[in-house]
Amino acid sequence: MTAPSTIAADDGSAPVRFDLVAALKDSLKAGAIAFGLSIPILAFKTEQSGGDIFLRPRWGLVAVFVAIIFGVRLLQHAFHATKAYRLATPDAHQATEFVHAEPSAFQKVSRFGIPFFLGIAISFPFLIYLIQGGLDQSRYWVDLGILILTYVMLGWGLNIVVGLAGLLDLGYVAFYAVGAYSYALLSTTFGLSFWVCLPLAGILAAFWGIILGFPVLRLRGDYLAIVTLAFGEIVRLVLINWTDLTNGGAGISSIPRATFFGLPFSSGEDGFAAFFGIEYHGMQRMIFLYYLILALALLTNFVTMRLRKLPVGRAWEALREDEIACRSLGINTTNTKLTAFAIGAMFGGFAGSFFAVRQGFVSPESFNFLESAIILAIVVLGGMGSQIGVAIGAVVLVGGPEILRNLGFLSAVFGESFDPNEYRLLLFGMGMVAMMVWRPRGLISERQPSVFLKESKAISSSHVKEGHG
Amino acid sequence: MSMAGPTPAGTTLSDPARKPLLSVRGVKTYYGNIIALKGVDMDVHEGEIVTLIGANGAGKSTLMMTIFGNPRAREGTITYAGRDITQLPTHQIAQLSIAQSPEGRRIFGRMSVFENLQMGASINKMAHFDQDLERVCTLFPRLKERLQQRGGTLSGGEQQMLAIARALMSRPKLLLLDEPSLGLAPLIVKQIFAIIKELNEQDGMTIFLVEQNAYHALRLAHRGYVMVTGNITMSGTGRELLENPQVRAAYLEGGHH
Repeated sequence: MTAPSTIAADDGSAPVRFDLVAALKDSLKAGAIAFGLSIPILAFKTEQSGGDIFLRPRWGLVAVFVAIIFGVRLLQHAFHATKAYRLATPDAHQATEFVHAEPSAFQKVSRFGIPFFLGIAISFPFLIYLIQGGLDQSRYWVDLGILILTYVMLGWGLNIVVGLAGLLDLGYVAFYAVGAYSYALLSTTFGLSFWVCLPLAGILAAFWGIILGFPVLRLRGDYLAIVTLAFGEIVRLVLINWTDLTNGGAGISSIPRATFFGLPFSSGEDGFAAFFGIEYHGMQRMIFLYYLILALALLTNFVTMRLRKLPVGRAWEALREDEIACRSLGINTTNTKLTAFAIGAMFGGFAGSFFAVRQGFVSPESFNFLESAIILAIVVLGGMGSQIGVAIGAVVLVGGPEILRNLGFLSAVFGESFDPNEYRLLLFGMGMVAMMVWRPRGLISERQPSVFLKESKAISSSHVKEGHG
Repeated sequence: MSMAGPTPAGTTLSDPARKPLLSVRGVKTYYGNIIALKGVDMDVHEGEIVTLIGANGAGKSTLMMTIFGNPRAREGTITYAGRDITQLPTHQIAQLSIAQSPEGRRIFGRMSVFENLQMGASINKMAHFDQDLERVCTLFPRLKERLQQRGGTLSGGEQQMLAIARALMSRPKLLLLDEPSLGLAPLIVKQIFAIIKELNEQDGMTIFLVEQNAYHALRLAHRGYVMVTGNITMSGTGRELLENPQVRAAYLEGGHH
């Protein structure tokens, strides 16, 4: 940032006031650049009529665009100036005294927010039923809820590996695939029920976690990321090419649906509805799936929270901070890494078998690199190591693009021909970039200690240097 | 309360008849093809403070890390309490009640001071955690105030104290300290050296101290070694080395720091 209003803050001189003229000048410059850029990009639309192409000028759109750039730039200056002013004003207690950090907004959120979010999650199908006014109308929302919770669970599983143990894993989707195919194959071949296959899928995925873990024990950071990325691709390619077992790219279909502990969700006499003497409805299965994935996700969270307080969880976090120090304190880093990979993979496997039972169909296409990237983005965006952060990250990253479907009001700004759906992912990408600029360590970057002594006290992450690796 | 076993009273330090607690014989360490230690011999007897001084790049820290098996010695043997530890992995060496406060402190920045200390106690499965916590809090009252604070928010001196305290939590018999005075204000350096002395005299802890601050280190130590480019060039009692004209010229001229 070379803006005149912020330079002064860098060399630590006297408190800076907001220099309006300089900011206006800079914003005008940005507006002019935007105008220049928009001439070839936005200003003319080509319209074909018969064999001819006409250029239709759109100066209105250009004006709106330039105005937005100008406004955003001005706001940015104001934002930076206030921040610089705040930083330049000395804090009497800074660093020399016991740091009594005011609880940040996010900590206040987490105190009341966790029961609140949990309440929303548990009552979600009912709330949607009431809001939408019917079971059929709420189908889309419950389905979205299931999708989000699946990613919450995957995020929490990956959080063990990436957030706690600090091992950057770009191939997490491999374990998701192992879980999904475990259930698909075991149930279609041996007729095993979901409740038997679920733990088996977890165990198999954990086993593959260890298999991945061994060759990468010595790797860290970028190198580890590349190898795990390759591992994810290997699993997908094996699924495509081992046609005898996996049916290749065509996938495995007609996977048995989940039953309510043996009662199928069908309209028949031995079905769930008949057993409980209620009227059959297709949504009953959906709502059951919703609570199933909610329970699985909460199990993941519960186990992770418990593990964090145990020596193994502490060792994971210490490993993330400093591997050499860990070893010289007598921690067996090999075992520590392998348990992180195995436990993270196990939850991926659980989520995978849930995916298979929900879809009734699995194919290698569902387990491509993009999935790994989304799960990793959820963890990084939410705040590595923070459980609530990952949950919020999943809601934002999976729910966000859906909510952006309802952007009809934008066509009022940009004219009738503007289709907001086309810009959905662009807006989403811009949102992500903005987030990483303003909260580079994720939405919830505060790490709560695993032990509290009398009173809990948190220090903003900005006081702490970035960890290694 | 004593953190290490009681020292046999009245034994003379560095008595040649006694077997040394830690013995380094002909150790050569390489970084790739570059030789860093060219055959080092050194002994640390039980109850001693032994210091290793030398200039930047002499190989002091390499020797300390080699004792801990990272990097491993390519030639020579390292024996601890009569056991050959040359080929042991680092974490197993740590489990033999050797603790290390490594170069650059290497505390866990995002974890609280309390959690850092818990990590230090992980070898003995937190068996004496409460007692040991109280002990290090008496030694380092600053840390007590900051137990709930993150390691990364501590000042340099406090981080050094934490690194030593963390090492003490495993109740080591032998404590290896790598440049505990690095980058600290003279007053804090004095404090830290006083604590090292206390640990040795009251708890009978054996201490191997790598230092650049030759004056303080030699005044504190029973014996010292001087290292120059991967070789031990001189050894003797702390006083002898302090008075040695070569040592004075190389490491002590320009006043004591």
